Amino acid sequence: MKPSAFTRAALLVYGIAILAFLYLPLVSVGFASVSKGRYLSFPIRRYATGWYGEAMASDTVRDLLFVSLKVAGIVTVLSVVIGFFGALAFARYNWRFRKTYQKLILLPIFFPQTVLGLALLMWFNAIGVIPSWKTAIIAHMVWIAPIATLIISIRAYSFDPALEEAARDMGAGTWTTLREVTIPLLMPGIVSAGLFAFLLSWGNFPLSLFTTGADSTLPEWLYAKMVSGYSPLVPTVGILTVAASATLLAVGLTVPWVLKLVKRKTAA
Amino acid sequence: MQRRDRQLGLLYAAPLTLFLVLSFLAPILLVAGFSTMPAKVFDLAHMPDFSAYGEFLRQGYWKSVAWSLGMALVATLILFVICWPLAYGMAKVFKRFTLVLTIGVVMTLFVSENIRLFGWVLTLMKGGLIEGYMRHWFGTGFDGLLYNVPSIVFGLVYVYLPFMLFPLAQGIAMVPDDARQAAYDLGATRWQILREIELPLAAPGILVGSLLCFVLSAGAIAESKLLGGQAVIVIADEVETAFTYGQNWPLGAALAMVLIAIVGGLAIWGIGRADLDRMIGRKG
Repeated sequence: MKPSAFTRAALLVYGIAILAFLYLPLVSVGFASVSKGRYLSFPIRRYATGWYGEAMASDTVRDLLFVSLKVAGIVTVLSVVIGFFGALAFARYNWRFRKTYQKLILLPIFFPQTVLGLALLMWFNAIGVIPSWKTAIIAHMVWIAPIATLIISIRAYSFDPALEEAARDMGAGTWTTLREVTIPLLMPGIVSAGLFAFLLSWGNFPLSLFTTGADSTLPEWLYAKMVSGYSPLVPTVGILTVAASATLLAVGLTVPWVLKLVKRKTAA
Repeated sequence: MQRRDRQLGLLYAAPLTLFLVLSFLAPILLVAGFSTMPAKVFDLAHMPDFSAYGEFLRQGYWKSVAWSLGMALVATLILFVICWPLAYGMAKVFKRFTLVLTIGVVMTLFVSENIRLFGWVLTLMKGGLIEGYMRHWFGTGFDGLLYNVPSIVFGLVYVYLPFMLFPLAQGIAMVPDDARQAAYDLGATRWQILREIELPLAAPGILVGSLLCFVLSAGAIAESKLLGGQAVIVIADEVETAFTYGQNWPLGAALAMVLIAIVGGLAIWGIGRADLDRMIGRKG
């Protein structure tokens, strides 16, 4: 019972409609970012790109950018390292508490982030740590390290244990096996996990809200401006952050593809 | 080999486990401790006092819990109905378009949810994209579509769509084509195939998707603040207010514990049922 041509076409249209639905609000933000007026009202009468220049020149925006980048960068590195080993324990090895461990890892993902952020704020308070961008890294990692682990696990499941055993039979130690066999085999998973970790941290708001202390990330600043005292810079900075993640994602998707092409060319 | 596997598994699991114990389980236990603290004491060494939970019942905070859970339930049901055909298409019908959809939907996850919700405010408000252009072209506008309960549910459906779509697609991919073909050959109608074959066999995906959407919606705060105005106060909002403006930590902790108990209970129950090796590794 293959689906009929009509079903196929209807589902395709439906898929496109859902994508349009997902991106419509960003279109509105895009329009708002090039509206000249200080107070926004559709239809937009005069267009201007001046807000972009102002956003680029603003010190506040630069500081926010710096904090966001710092947090996302460190979260990415730490999550990928922890997630790499976590994934091997998740998928590759059979050990006693594996099932319990698998379930523990999923719990933070199934947890409301606002409450998690508040709980962490109380925890930092109780152990005497003053919240800053450094504590935000911990908060992001509670959510992102498990996700990185799961992404690398998907790759680790399709991993043939015989390859590791072969390396060991030929005299490679644990570290050499890891470096020469395991890491290259899991590389695609590691790259996607890194990409996810960076972008999820870059865009995260609920966890940052309570855990950054006096520092502030871009999404936090945007939220503060949305709730009180609208600034025409809000849509502009919003679009800039979106453009930044889209660029990174595009690079992340094309680089492995280009590398493959180059490899094939040099091999031929 | 067996022993080596066991040792390495334990060793490699240690960093993540230790990290989650210290920065996930410990904070939750701390909140539980604070929730039984007498008001205005700020010290954990005391007799347990459950007055904050009494306040939960007396002050009508249970209404916020009921609103949050109710809206989460409605959003989850709507999401299931919206996502099922698309997930079906992704798992069984589309070829290249599945990749386009996957990238397109995942991309939205990387945009801060408050920017996307802000986009909906600009789209739906009076003088926004929809109303503004309607007035411009047809000469008649309407009041904005925002600041009511349906718009909060709308926001939840919008934000959590990927969390339903991908698990559902994964679940439907687990339904063998042979089973559907056999049912069809034996004269089953489309509806019967859906009810007797597809829904039960895709159950793990349905369970994970629904659970994720319900749990995350129940603890959501930005949707009600940005799209809902003050139409209803959700429980996560009450928790935040108690901690920040109210400076009533025991109350805030007690409210958080109620939410954590409901959400955590559901999550543990659901995760306990799912066979993770099979879902993620596609084995068996």
